[in-house]
Amino acid sequence: MVEKKSQLISVDDRKTVGQQFVENPRMTCRDVNVYYGDKHAVHDVSIDIARNEVLAMIGPSGCGKSTFLRCLNRMNDTIDICRVTGEITLDDNDIYAKNIDIVSLRALVGMVFQKPNPFPKSIYDNVAYGPTIHGLTESKSDLDGIVENSLVKAGLWDEVKDRLDQPGTGLSGGQQQRLCIARAIAVEPELILMDEPCSALDPIATAKIEELIAELREQYTIVIVTHNMQQAARVSQRTAYFHLGDLIEVGYTDRLFTTPRHQLTEDYITGRFG
Amino acid sequence: MHHNYQKQIDKLRENFLTLGSLVEDRVRKACSAFNSSDQADLDMVIRSDYEIDEMEVEIEEECLKILALYQPVAKDLRYIIALIKINSEVERIGDYAVKIAMRVKFISEHGNQVFPMDYRPMAEKVIAMLKMSLDALVDKDAELAHQIFLLDDEVDTMRDQAYDIIKAQLRKQPDHAGSLLNGYLVARHLERIADRATNIAEEVIYMVHGDIVRGEHN
Repeated sequence: MVEKKSQLISVDDRKTVGQQFVENPRMTCRDVNVYYGDKHAVHDVSIDIARNEVLAMIGPSGCGKSTFLRCLNRMNDTIDICRVTGEITLDDNDIYAKNIDIVSLRALVGMVFQKPNPFPKSIYDNVAYGPTIHGLTESKSDLDGIVENSLVKAGLWDEVKDRLDQPGTGLSGGQQQRLCIARAIAVEPELILMDEPCSALDPIATAKIEELIAELREQYTIVIVTHNMQQAARVSQRTAYFHLGDLIEVGYTDRLFTTPRHQLTEDYITGRFG
Repeated sequence: MHHNYQKQIDKLRENFLTLGSLVEDRVRKACSAFNSSDQADLDMVIRSDYEIDEMEVEIEEECLKILALYQPVAKDLRYIIALIKINSEVERIGDYAVKIAMRVKFISEHGNQVFPMDYRPMAEKVIAMLKMSLDALVDKDAELAHQIFLLDDEVDTMRDQAYDIIKAQLRKQPDHAGSLLNGYLVARHLERIADRATNIAEEVIYMVHGDIVRGEHN
């Protein structure tokens, strides 16, 4: 008799399945809940983020993926009615502990947003601003080095090295987004959060950012929220699928996109809903 | 997008079903002619293989188009990948039908009367396997696909028996070596069709469960 394999997990079962935990994680999240006033936006999410991995978070609009992402550097603190419970650690330190300096935390856990948001300053100053306020430099030449190095890592140096004094807002959309990545890198983060970093970009600029993500992974850990499933499949090693505030499935990306384990994941990635 | 995608998939499925039943019919005609020596059926199988080749190409092009335009994932991806492979297996089965028809034609023209064995049970079993494999594909039935592996062992045994019988007969009637060797080759072609049906079953299991089981059941 042939052993019958279990079928997909039912849509009614909302317990997370798959590889949500890893050995020696950079960041751990346990039983994270987020409330906006009375609305319970994220339910009991537990997941690890590995060192030097790109973790993609996908799911339909309103599923809680961006809300959860914003917990990872306490961006939700800026919203009055927002309340976060559970535990999130970065290198074993509780980032919600009382003694945590939020400004330093946000340097360690940098963020790149959907719409490029350079400061209304020169290209140089956009990158130099963070290291300056965080006191990471002692001299102008140090700062020059950090600016150059960050722009090189962000793949922008060759395009802007002759016009560093020009406004960052004058760059193309794709260049602005890479400038924002350079700005995040300049303060020596451990983790970079990206919230739909390519949704405002054309396919060529998108491809450049994707290549950049692959290069940055050698030094940083990256968590990316994306609506573009092909992008999640291309850039990430693990993918997390959120649905109505629940973390449904976490899996190695190649596996998740060929043989998901949960019915909801399959329905979403095959376009049955969402 | 989903609506269009489903329309494409439905059309693909329909075209594949046409190809599958056509090939099944060709194998049946090649084998039944072995008993009746109906030359018209044999000639039809031999002459019209190009139809099967054309349909195979058309189905492959549709699969490639769907991959390029819709970038399917998960079960949709597995379905297209399995179909691309099964499509080529089915085309090869069509080729075996032609080969069988040619062997049968040779035998019927050169000494059918000396033929020492009845191939019908083997042909029936192989045709049943082919039908089961295509049914398993259509119904996405991995259990049915698994059953095909067992039948494949039986067909291998029948091929070995045919070998022994033909070998013995060759000693007795060396003048009819041509017919007898062609007879053995019929058994060999039938056995190869069974192998192809087994390959289809493996693809069906991949399609349903995402597990690559190639070679595991041997």
